[in-house]
Amino acid sequence: MRERLIVSASPHVRDDVSVEKVMYGVVIALVPALAGSIYFYGMRAAFLTLLAIVACLLTEAVIQRMRGVPVTIRDGSALVTGILIAFNLPPGVPWWIPVIGSIFAIAIGKQIFGGLGNNPLNPALVGRAFLMASWPVHLTTTWLSTKGGTLSGTALHGIDAVAQATPLAVLRKASDIVADPSSTTHQLVQAREVLTDLGSADTIVNLFIGNVGGCIGETSVLLLLVGAAYLLYKHLIDWRVPGAYILTVAVLAWIFGGPSGLLTGNALFHVLSGGLILGAFYMATDMVTSPVSPKGMIIFGVGCGVLTAVIRLIGGYPEGVSYSILLMNVATPLIDRHTRPKKFGEVKKSG
Amino acid sequence: MGQLIGEATGFVSVPVHTPIAGKVAAVGRFPHPLGGEQEAIVIEGDGTDDWHESVVARENVDSLTPSEIKDIVRGAGIVGLGGAAFPTHVKLSPPESKPINTAILNGCECEPWLTADHRLMVEKPDEILKGFLLIVKGLGCERGIVGVEANKPDAVEAMRAAVSAGSGLKVVALQVKYPQGAEKQLISATLGRQVPSGGLPMDVGVVVQNVGTALAVYEACHLGRPLTRRVVTLTGNPLARPANFMARVGTLVSSLVDQAGGLEGDVAKVVSGGPMMGVTQFTLDVPVIKGMSGILFLGPSEIDVKSPDPCIRCGHCVHSCPMKLLPTTIEKFVMAEQIGKAVDIGLNDCIECGSCAYVCPSRRRLVHQFKYGKYIAWERKKAAQEKSEKEKKT
Repeated sequence: MRERLIVSASPHVRDDVSVEKVMYGVVIALVPALAGSIYFYGMRAAFLTLLAIVACLLTEAVIQRMRGVPVTIRDGSALVTGILIAFNLPPGVPWWIPVIGSIFAIAIGKQIFGGLGNNPLNPALVGRAFLMASWPVHLTTTWLSTKGGTLSGTALHGIDAVAQATPLAVLRKASDIVADPSSTTHQLVQAREVLTDLGSADTIVNLFIGNVGGCIGETSVLLLLVGAAYLLYKHLIDWRVPGAYILTVAVLAWIFGGPSGLLTGNALFHVLSGGLILGAFYMATDMVTSPVSPKGMIIFGVGCGVLTAVIRLIGGYPEGVSYSILLMNVATPLIDRHTRPKKFGEVKKSG
Repeated sequence: MGQLIGEATGFVSVPVHTPIAGKVAAVGRFPHPLGGEQEAIVIEGDGTDDWHESVVARENVDSLTPSEIKDIVRGAGIVGLGGAAFPTHVKLSPPESKPINTAILNGCECEPWLTADHRLMVEKPDEILKGFLLIVKGLGCERGIVGVEANKPDAVEAMRAAVSAGSGLKVVALQVKYPQGAEKQLISATLGRQVPSGGLPMDVGVVVQNVGTALAVYEACHLGRPLTRRVVTLTGNPLARPANFMARVGTLVSSLVDQAGGLEGDVAKVVSGGPMMGVTQFTLDVPVIKGMSGILFLGPSEIDVKSPDPCIRCGHCVHSCPMKLLPTTIEKFVMAEQIGKAVDIGLNDCIECGSCAYVCPSRRRLVHQFKYGKYIAWERKKAAQEKSEKEKKT
């Protein structure tokens, strides 16, 4: 027996868990989607992702060195941020875009608040929002077609710029034409054809497996769901946030998303397109920036869903996942404060 | 052996009896398992093992009245043997405004590793149930329920076999779930009643007693023996032969270790009690006390000495808390010295079961902070009371 025993407060045993295990669990869950993006967009996707990862790790290390705190780049959190930044970029962006986005994400999105656990906003989304505000052209026009697929999810080229847009942008364009009273009959016919094609089984299948244009990581719903199943199985995410988020978008898209009145929207198209699946399972679930209580998670998910639907259906952008999550991140402390679970044995104060 | 050697002074205290036959050799301060040093009596054994003349078996146990039972229990120095060592006669004397209708016998084993209650239920079910019937009678309540965790089928069976028809006792097998043996959780699991925040089991008409306490009540009432021994689990991987001992109160832990074949592996931590709530020891020269359910030895690879990482707000602590608190938020308030806010959101409801710290991926010292926060809250309350009393006087 040792001469000096260790004395400490209880408990004296701990479960075999750690921040590293949580973060590397998320990395493992992202691997199928990364493999899919390399398949669809070529080695370019891997190259951009690698750049983002290296930039995140280096920025974290440099700033931690400057702050005089231990360098913790091995905990996996900066790695996750790097992958997610790349996943949120079009595959055709120049190489310096992910680098600058990563530096901003880690420096301003995370370290300035004190590092892991203290950032109010999801760092990867902060990086994306910065890039979107600074180089909007690079972030909205550098899409690539998938190998053997189309960019927009439809082969019809009747509408201007269809060949250069993602499925959601095409939907937006076509819906605008339908809604615009000054559209010519010819335009209307073409727009309706495009809308029908977007809602066809072929398009839905392509969206599901990822054979359409989009950001590097968001394209294949199937592979993202494989990773999400792993996260749920490992209890690394809670079903409430993605569940409430996706369901809300689906319901609102069905009610308000149709070109010909209420209850005619294509819910499935909205759920499968854009960054919803990536955002709902991998970014809205970011532990640091989402509520801790079960009720709060539901509110958070519904809030993300409402904002996404509003931006997609009536806002200025075709896509709204990243801004929705950022806005709800801001609301997290408030949600937490008002959704404190009822204590065991808590009784209403009488009088 | 069994002679009274220390009188109780207050109501919430019990007398002490000598666990061996012999003479008082010294009175002094010695290391105590709960920390620091306490006054203790050293008895030098005379080699015999005879009970003192005051220990006489009782014939007419069935005719004892509730108040006689309480007197015997108090006189025998019986305290709750689950770990908290709260005087049993106090629990048997609820105020008239709080009628008790159900007594629960706790056979859940408060913590992992410990098997003291388990062995006791398997080996002495008849005595335990006789003691429990006396507790039920002492409380004047209608029914008694024995709650045993379902992972001890042999104990459930032994207790069920020992329940005699018409006794009004019932044995229930409970879900295996830490902390099922915690008083409030046990009541919720067996009766579906929630003890109100800040309240006691008697607020919902319940008193909980541990199986070891029931055995002590049996021995006091039937055999006339005071509480001078208890079952202590000696366990942990570094131990050569882990075992349960019927140990006399006052036995040095070091001599129990010798009885258990000594230590084989390296020991980094010694815990009185279980791994979740136990108190660490700095020496083995501490005595067995009435509230000591076990001694756990942990090797260097089994303990956690890494420093904590920042909270990543994963919420695992929130999901694990049996009291439905927000451990992460309470911790933040305590660390910011905002004790009042911590108390507002339930610091004092915390039962220190350790579940939150167990599941925390950042290995945060949650219970440590809660203990500290509670202490500060208690100190401030005391200071405020003293101040208001002073003001009243002047």
